[in-house]
Amino acid sequence: MISRIKHFFDTFLLTELVRGMALTGRYFYARKITIEYPEERAPQSPRFRGLHAQRRYPNGEERCIACKLCEAVCPALAIQIESEQREDGSRRTTRYDIDLTKCIFCGFCEEACPVDAIVETRIYEYHGEQRGDLYYTKDMLLAVGDKHEAQIAQDKAADAPYR
Amino acid sequence: MEFTSLVFYLFSAILVLAGLRVITAKNPVHAALSLVLAFFTAGCIWMLLEAEFLAITLVLVYIGAVMVLFLFVVMMLDINIEELRKGFWDNLPLAALVAILMVLEMGTVLSGSYFDYAAPLAKPEGYSNTKELGMLLYTDYVYPFELAAVVLLVAMVAAIGLTLRRRPGRKWVDPAQQIKVKRGDRIRLVSMAPQKPSASKADEEEEA
Amino acid sequence: MTLDYFANLLGPVWLPVWTLAKIVAIVAPLLLGVAYLTYAERRIIGYMQVRLGCNRVGPWGLLQPIADGLKLMFKEIVIPSGANKGLFILAPVLAMAPALAAWAVIPFADGLVLADIDAGLLYVMAITSMGVYGVVLAGWASNSKYAFLGSMRSAAQIVSYEIAMGFALVGVLMSAQSLNLTDIVQAQAGGFWHWYWLPLFPMFIVYLVSGTAELNRAPFDVAEGESEIVAGFHVEYSGMAFAIFFLAEYANMILVATLTSTLFLGGWLSPIPGVPDGIVWLLAKISFVLFLFLWFRATFPRYRYDQIMRLGWKVFIPVTLVWLLVEGAVMQTPWSYLFH
Repeated sequence: MISRIKHFFDTFLLTELVRGMALTGRYFYARKITIEYPEERAPQSPRFRGLHAQRRYPNGEERCIACKLCEAVCPALAIQIESEQREDGSRRTTRYDIDLTKCIFCGFCEEACPVDAIVETRIYEYHGEQRGDLYYTKDMLLAVGDKHEAQIAQDKAADAPYR
Repeated sequence: MEFTSLVFYLFSAILVLAGLRVITAKNPVHAALSLVLAFFTAGCIWMLLEAEFLAITLVLVYIGAVMVLFLFVVMMLDINIEELRKGFWDNLPLAALVAILMVLEMGTVLSGSYFDYAAPLAKPEGYSNTKELGMLLYTDYVYPFELAAVVLLVAMVAAIGLTLRRRPGRKWVDPAQQIKVKRGDRIRLVSMAPQKPSASKADEEEEA
Repeated sequence: MTLDYFANLLGPVWLPVWTLAKIVAIVAPLLLGVAYLTYAERRIIGYMQVRLGCNRVGPWGLLQPIADGLKLMFKEIVIPSGANKGLFILAPVLAMAPALAAWAVIPFADGLVLADIDAGLLYVMAITSMGVYGVVLAGWASNSKYAFLGSMRSAAQIVSYEIAMGFALVGVLMSAQSLNLTDIVQAQAGGFWHWYWLPLFPMFIVYLVSGTAELNRAPFDVAEGESEIVAGFHVEYSGMAFAIFFLAEYANMILVATLTSTLFLGGWLSPIPGVPDGIVWLLAKISFVLFLFLWFRATFPRYRYDQIMRLGWKVFIPVTLVWLLVEGAVMQTPWSYLFH
C-alpha cells in the first residue's frame, strides 16, 4: 500500500523525469571533450591505418615480390596486381593498383605481406577532386613510400617487439 | 456593391465549388480535402455574419478533429473507384427525388416569415458573441444542452462497446504495469572481492 | 506624427499597407528566431552531451543557420515518382501557414498586438489544429510507406493531445474569465505568485507536455522516429520543401513557448511588483520555455507509441478533468480568490 502511494506521487510529481533532467543539466556545465580538429588533433598510434604506401629497401630496390598475398586477403577486392619476370630474373609487379574508394582500411594487406612492402601510413588527410583521383597506382604508392619512409620505418620499429 | 457583399460572393463561390468537388473528385483524399476547404469557407462566411464563436468552433472541431480522423480513415482505404461508380446512374431517379425535396424544403423555410427581417442591428461596444452564446446555453437551454451531452456520451460508450472485441489468447503489454517496474525488482547487485581463478582449475579447463 | 502624415498621404491604401508592415514586423523577427533556435538547439544539446556543437561558420558558429539555409535553397526539390505532385507541394505550405497565422492574436506587450480579437484563444487553437494537415498530407502524397506511417502516427497523436491541451486551456479561461489573450495576461497582474502556473500547476504541466507532443518534438517525435521510420512524414522531401517543414516545426515551437508564457507565466508582466513590465519579460519567458523543450530533447528517450496514447487518454485527460472540477468547485466557495 505504502509503495503504491509512493508510486503515485513519484509518477505525478515527475520525480524521475526531474532527476533525469538534473543529470543532463549537470553535464551542461561539464568540461567538453570535443577535439577541435584543425587546431587540435587526437594522438595517433604507430599502428594507425591510413593511406597506403609501397616501400623500398635502402639500396633503392622495391620490396614487393608480387606474391599476391595482399590481393588474395583483401576483403574489399581493392587491390589488383599483375607481375612479370624482370631481366635479372626476379619476379616484380608490372601493375599494383589500390582503389581507395573500395578499401576499408582493415590492414590485412599489411599483415599478409612477407616483406613489409605494402604498409598503411599515418596519413589521413588526402582527397580526390575527380572520380579517378583515389585510384592509386604503383608509382603513386611508391612515391608516398619514398616521401614518408622515415616515419614508416620508425613506426615499424615501434611495433616490432609485439610481433 | 459593398466590400462585404463582394467577399460574401467570393466565399460562396468557393464554398459551392468545394462542395461540388467533394462529390465529383475521383480520389477520396481529394474529396476529403475539398470538404475541409468547404468547412473553412463556411467558417469564413459565418465570420462575416459576426458569429465568430460558431465560425471558430466549426474550424476547431470539424477541420481540426473530425476531418483529420476522416482523412485518416480515407487514406487507409484502398477503394476501387471504378467499382464504386458502376451503379452510379441507376440511383439517379431516387437521388433526384431527394434533391428536389430538399430544394423545396429549403425554399419553404427560407421564404417563410422566420427569415424575413432587415439588416442585423449594429452591436454595442464590448458585445461578445461567445459570452451571449454561453449565457443562453447555460441558462435558458441548460436542460436541452445537458441532455444532448448525455446522448452524445451514450453514443460514445455504445460505439466503443460495439467495436470492443475481447479476443482470447491475445498477447499484449500494459504500459501501466510496465512503468511500475523498478530497477530493484529486476536487478540484484552483488558485491564481490576480485579474485583470480585457481591454478588447478585453469589447467582443468585447458585440458577439457 | 509621421504615421499620421503617411496615413493622409496614402489615403484608403494606408490600412492594408500599415497592416502589412505590422505583419512583416512580426514574421521577420520570427523567422530570424527560428534560424537561431536551430543554432541554439545544436549548441545546447551539444553541451548537454559534452560536445561543443557547431562553432565553425563565423564567430562561435553564429553564421551556421545562414549557411544551412543557403545550402537548402540551392538543393534540388526531388518529387518522387508516383507522388501526388500537387499535394506534395501543398503540404509544406499547409504546415507553415498556420504556424505563422496564429501569431496575429499574440500580444507582445500592452496594446502591442496585430488583431486584438475577443475570441483570441479559440482562434489560436483553431489555427494550430490545422497544422496537422501539412504532416498528414506530406505522408500520404509522398507515396512512401515510411512517410505514410509517420503521418498516421502524427494524426492520431495530435488529435489525442489536442483534447488535453484544450482542457488545460479551459482552466485558464475559467480563471481569467476571458478568451482575449491581452485580458488573460492582465488578469495575472501582481507578480510571480499571481501567474496562473501556481494555481493551475497540473494544467501548466499538462499543457507543456501536450505542447511538446503537438509539436512532434522529442520525446514524442514518433512521427519522425528516425531510428524506425527514417524521417517519418518528410522522408521524401529535400531542398526548400524540407526547409519549410523545418521552419514550420520551429515556428510552432516558438508559438507554443509564447502561448505557455502568455497563459501561465504572465506574458509581458514582470515577476517582481514594481519593476516595469515590457516585451523583454515576454522574450525571457519564451527563451526559458524553449530551453526546456531543448532540455527535454537532450534528456528523454522516445516514447513508445502505445505509451503515448496511454499518457494522452488515460492520464492527461483525467488529470485535467479532475482539476477543472476542483477549480469549478473552489470558485463557488469563499476561497475563489485562489484561482483568480
